[in-house]
Amino acid sequence: MSKILIIGQQADGKLDSGVAKVVAAARQVGGEIDVVVFAKDGAAAAAQAAALDGVTRVLQVDRTENDHALAAVVAPQAVALARKGYSHVFVAGNTFGKDLMPRVAAKLGVQQVSDVMAVHGPTSFDRPIYAGNAIVTVEAPAAPAVVATIRLASFTAVGGGGAAPVEKISVEAVLPTHTRFVSLAAQKSERPELQSAARVVSGGRALASSENFKKFIEPLADKIGAGIGASRAAVDSGYVPNDMQVGQTGKIIAPELYFAIGISGAIQHLAGIKDARTIVAINKDAEAPIFEVADFGLVGDLFQILPELTSKI
Amino acid sequence: MKALVSVKRVVDYNVRIQVKPDQSGVVTDGVKMSVNPFDEIAMEEAMRLKEKGKITEIIAVTVGGAKCEETLRTALAFGADRAVHVKEEGEIQPLTAAQALAAVFKKEGAQLFLLGKQAIDDDASQTGQMVAALLDLAQATFASKVELDGSKAVVTREVDAGLETLEVDLPAVVTADLRLNEPRYLKLPDIMKAKKKPIEAVSFASLGVTPGAGLKTTKTAPPPKRGKGIVVKTVDELVAALKAKGLV
Ligand SMILES: Cc1cc2nc3c(=O)[nH]c(=O)nc-3n(C[C@H](O)[C@H](O)[C@H](O)COP(=O)(O)OP(=O)(O)OC[C@H]3O[C@@H](n4cnc5c(N)ncnc54)[C@H](O)[C@@H]3O)c2cc1C
Repeated sequence: MSKILIIGQQADGKLDSGVAKVVAAARQVGGEIDVVVFAKDGAAAAAQAAALDGVTRVLQVDRTENDHALAAVVAPQAVALARKGYSHVFVAGNTFGKDLMPRVAAKLGVQQVSDVMAVHGPTSFDRPIYAGNAIVTVEAPAAPAVVATIRLASFTAVGGGGAAPVEKISVEAVLPTHTRFVSLAAQKSERPELQSAARVVSGGRALASSENFKKFIEPLADKIGAGIGASRAAVDSGYVPNDMQVGQTGKIIAPELYFAIGISGAIQHLAGIKDARTIVAINKDAEAPIFEVADFGLVGDLFQILPELTSKI
Repeated sequence: MKALVSVKRVVDYNVRIQVKPDQSGVVTDGVKMSVNPFDEIAMEEAMRLKEKGKITEIIAVTVGGAKCEETLRTALAFGADRAVHVKEEGEIQPLTAAQALAAVFKKEGAQLFLLGKQAIDDDASQTGQMVAALLDLAQATFASKVELDGSKAVVTREVDAGLETLEVDLPAVVTADLRLNEPRYLKLPDIMKAKKKPIEAVSFASLGVTPGAGLKTTKTAPPPKRGKGIVVKTVDELVAALKAKGLV
């Protein structure tokens, strides 16, 4: 039987929303599912993990060095734990998991499966390559363990009715001191978080300034309670911060409703929105590739269309 | 101080990928190949650090078949002083590449290893972190700013929450994100000069690397197609369509 270890990312006492989706992937593998929380004081996040449906037990590893969840510091602890009979080690395929997991895989001496998007069995998975323009089915060696990051947009979060036991444990591992946290400049926003928002409004290069993002994108997003995203061109031009980039190398999202406004639809951008349920494109160029994937397209000048749309929607 | 920069030969980012009809892989014959864009950014960063006098020598390295020499020549045209070619044909998985790169890094006694944060073919995003793990070094992935300060580097990283800054002791591994810099255009004289720069060929065997059991790809399929949508003429039509689907 499989025994799965999930690295439960947390920050400031809050379990990351991705963990519930990783648990969903683990349930498809089947077997026991343990979630480990590495933190300075992980009690609150551990309690949240314990409530997730399908979790067998939660392991709480409190250590002052775990305050900022640095990959170099978490990896040796995750490796030591993984060696205690786990058949699988899973983590979310976000920047935390992508930073951490290859370090764990290398120490365990296994090839990692990145961005699992479907589970066919304990060692058989689908994953995207070439910005999602091809999907490969891979077979991973079962021993010593299957190490994978989970593509969050491909799984629906498990519910919260569970009551798994929480065990406070200590892990024997020598932690390096070569990596030190300096600061985190996080964007504070009242809007829904991009990666879990049901609706997302994204703007591209056509917006031409951060003022226009505020004037045209924000009112529509606020009217329909949407998160805000952007193309790489909009981020590179400094209209919005980096954490709003959607695409192959930014965030991969799966909202119910996605608005691509003044975005051409480059393959790298499309890679981030393939799982959106409904895509709406507004672009003045009727030939823009975004219209090939849009469920609803409207050809025209966004600066005229958006105020009207915002008032009528 | 020496810096090592790894470069990978990949299908150019502008190519529309086609899956082979027998699902055995994607079509790469006759397709334009380029240096992985993130590796170009890593290479550019090394050049800038050298121009600032922070590093003295740049060594480009690649792991792959004979054709990857082109990729190394591009790196040499960027300004790498010399190159190491880990010459191995066939599929090379990230852990195996990382073992070879770690061996080269150690052999060269470099202080900084710059890599792209991911290769745009397999999109694995593993190699840099694996090199750091194998050598027990600090890593700063997804970098958008790198400052070398004596025996340390201060690196700003693009993370989901925003921008994180880390301080790492050298030697260290840094992987480049898109906004670290904008790579320069290569000039003809540099491309000519690159032809004369030395490339040392090594192999897994000479580096003491034994490829382990990897992932086996059993099928390569095209992604599911989205249904063709409709083009509406007015905002009213759009709002009505969204309301009809219960989306707003
Ligand atoms: C390695 C690599 C990784 C990348 N990763 C990503 C990624 O993760 N995410 C991403 O988004 N991109 C990524 N890119 C960049 C990508 O290739 C495109 O360059 C980018 O997505 C273009 O952004 P855009 O659509 O906003 O700009 P453009 O392509 O310039 O499109 C602007 C669009 O706006 C339209 N327009 C202009 N004015 C108006 C108006 N007044 N009203 C309506 N429409 C108007 C135009 O018709 C055009 O279609 C990556 C590229 C590389 C090489």
